[in-house]
Amino acid sequence: MTTARAATIVLTKELRMEFRARELLSTTVVFALVVVVLFSFAFDPTAGESRRYGPGLLWIAFLFAGSLMLNPSFAREQSNQTLDALRMAPVSPFAILLGKMLANLIFLGVAEVILVPVFAVLYNISIAGIVGRLALVLGMGTLGIVITGTVFSAVAAHARMRELLLPLLLLPLLAPLLIAAVEATASLFAEQPALDRAWLAFLAGFDIVFLTASWLLADFLLEE
Amino acid sequence: MKGRSAITVVSAALIFFAGYAALFIAPDESTMHEIQRVFYFHLGSWMAMFIALSLAFVANVAWLVTRKPQWDWLGVASVEVGVVSCTAGLITGVLWGRPAWGIWWTWDARLTTAFILWILYISYLLLRGLIEEPQRRASLSAIFGIFAFLDAPLVYASNRLWRTQHPSPVILGGENSGLDPTMGKVLIVCIVAIMAVMILVLVDRYRLERLRHELDELRLAANVRGFGADSGSSSMLTKGLP
Repeated sequence: MTTARAATIVLTKELRMEFRARELLSTTVVFALVVVVLFSFAFDPTAGESRRYGPGLLWIAFLFAGSLMLNPSFAREQSNQTLDALRMAPVSPFAILLGKMLANLIFLGVAEVILVPVFAVLYNISIAGIVGRLALVLGMGTLGIVITGTVFSAVAAHARMRELLLPLLLLPLLAPLLIAAVEATASLFAEQPALDRAWLAFLAGFDIVFLTASWLLADFLLEE
Repeated sequence: MKGRSAITVVSAALIFFAGYAALFIAPDESTMHEIQRVFYFHLGSWMAMFIALSLAFVANVAWLVTRKPQWDWLGVASVEVGVVSCTAGLITGVLWGRPAWGIWWTWDARLTTAFILWILYISYLLLRGLIEEPQRRASLSAIFGIFAFLDAPLVYASNRLWRTQHPSPVILGGENSGLDPTMGKVLIVCIVAIMAVMILVLVDRYRLERLRHELDELRLAANVRGFGADSGSSSMLTKGLP
């Protein structure tokens, strides 16, 4: 079986599980919403300040939401002992990892699609003219979060206190992604919106580096 | 054992002499005066950190490829040494920053990279403490170690693009750079002394990891033969470890 096909099957399985339970997505959206609202209380920003702090706040909310949402990705397999069954399947470990990454990309992406309009309303930021470019920046940043997050979800699944451990491993590693994503988003939220190509290239570089590393290390990550 | 204590004495003497040289032998710096003396240890700490963490990266990759436990021992030993030298570098840097810049800390590219690396490798050590099974602990922490090492240039590049304040290198930095010859000598003494101490700690830490491994093997063998070591006696064994 090719990697692409195996990954699609894992992806379908993840989506079906989420469609039946609908617990991951709703929890994530509400959690991120709480973060956004709490920030608004904590800083009470004016229109100018929203522009200045908005991008950072948005990405902090996504990072926190991602670091919590990605935990069940492997922890669930671990506690149900279904990881052994997955491993026994005649597919490459990277295909399993890739399927889960894609599923997580969809989950976090959907959460962002719901959150961004709410954020725009609460913080008075007009996103009408920048939807396409914003989607590009969000997509590249989210890809980086789910690539590293899915790998670390598999790492943390075998540890004690994994719920606490995953954010601890993931958030410092995502520091460069946070800077790049915030700067790219900030130039879109500016008075004259512009797509910052340097930061976009940086995000692409981040994604490529860690996707390649995941591909090379997938066998060791999922070994018995 | 005699050779070891000799090396320990030599390293201790070296580091004391290095401290003396940095404080009393090195000439006064023209703009920063006394506070510049912290630099001799600052640079040495960073070099030690860089070497230790690079070594950890090599050990992590080598463990995954060869599965020889020696690489795992080297990995954890060098990460611990790297974290200690990173802490030393951060503290000396903060001490220097207050009089020189007027602030304790700034989010400059080098400072941020050091700080993020410090957190990442502390997480590495925490991760190791939270996984029971030795093989799995070695593999998963090696994977995390590789990711952390790959992250370092990205952290640096992102902060470089963003903002930077750290003075650029004085020693190989261009035309007007360069050190007073006595300063150069003191610097070399300090670097050699710090390296000697770090290597000593690294070797000791490696030895400790090897002993732990041997202890585990012995316990396993005892269990197989039916001398089941109960929890009480095994904790006594652990306490008896040097």
